[in-house]
Amino acid sequence: MSNESWPLFEIFIRARSGLSHRHVGSLHAPDAAMALDNARDLYTRRGEGVSIWAVRATDIATSDPADAAELFEPAADKDYRHPTYYEVPDGVENL
Amino acid sequence: MSAVAAMPREAHVEYLLRLADNALVLGQQLGALVTRGPELEEEMATANFALDYIGQARFLLSHAAELQGEGRSEDDLAFLRDGFDFHNVLLVEQPSAHFGDVIVRQFLFDSFYCEQLRALTQSSDTRLAEIAARGVKEVGYHLHHTQAWVIRLGDGTDFSHKRVQESLDRLWRYTGELFDADATDRAASEAGVGPDPASLKPAWDAVINATLEEATLVRPAEQWMDGGGKQGRHSEHLGHLLTDMQFLQRAYPGAQW
Repeated sequence: MSNESWPLFEIFIRARSGLSHRHVGSLHAPDAAMALDNARDLYTRRGEGVSIWAVRATDIATSDPADAAELFEPAADKDYRHPTYYEVPDGVENL
Repeated sequence: MSAVAAMPREAHVEYLLRLADNALVLGQQLGALVTRGPELEEEMATANFALDYIGQARFLLSHAAELQGEGRSEDDLAFLRDGFDFHNVLLVEQPSAHFGDVIVRQFLFDSFYCEQLRALTQSSDTRLAEIAARGVKEVGYHLHHTQAWVIRLGDGTDFSHKRVQESLDRLWRYTGELFDADATDRAASEAGVGPDPASLKPAWDAVINATLEEATLVRPAEQWMDGGGKQGRHSEHLGHLLTDMQFLQRAYPGAQW
């Protein structure tokens, strides 16, 4: 057998209630249910999590690094989008 | 020191050794598969199972050694006993020629062991009850994973179906021993140390039947059952396994690293 026959899954673990799932790595499995089993053995043996998501890697749409200039750089010179320049009126504790 | 039930000590020690040796032998079997898994991920699962069993065996052997009161340690019991002093069932010492054998052996045993541990959490031997409470969660997962594989192999390709059905047919004759009670089992049952093995059969049947049906596998017909492992009468396979497992302590007594 070779890994070519088993699809790749990306694994996300929630460390504890209230936190969001975070990407921890990837693994091969014959199907999604088995991916959860494998993730349990590979990524939660030391109490790392309370919930697992497994997503087929091919089901994830990704941005192309070659498009980074048009996607992300226009935001770089628009620092007015950060609420840095607002003057906080006297007496306002939370804004 | 935990409260020990009113069971003759010799029988109580043997009862603990039966539990310990099942876990120890199966742990050794699975440990020997490391570097031989069909996939890296499945190899991790197998190695994790092996570590769970070895952990359970250590607790049980320590308990047996202390109860025995002859100054022996868990290591002495694991590495310096001969085959005829091992009390594991024949099922766990059966060799595996391929992954289907590994999975079926695991499935037939864990579906029994899980029920056995669940019953042992109520043991009058409180230390045994604590060991069982820890183990039942581990083995519950083993069973979940192993069932998933039985279903995938059975209801998989023609080839995987044929191989796993052959494994089932070959290993079935070792399942009778799981539920046969002898004097030691009856003494344990009367003292509330362990369940009457026959009482575990209905739950085992239910798990086996449901899983095999989903896996499109045929439950083997009622047949002659092999036995004797619990009493120390083993197949030749145990000798080979112990040769590997005990080599270091036999060749270099007391070796540590």
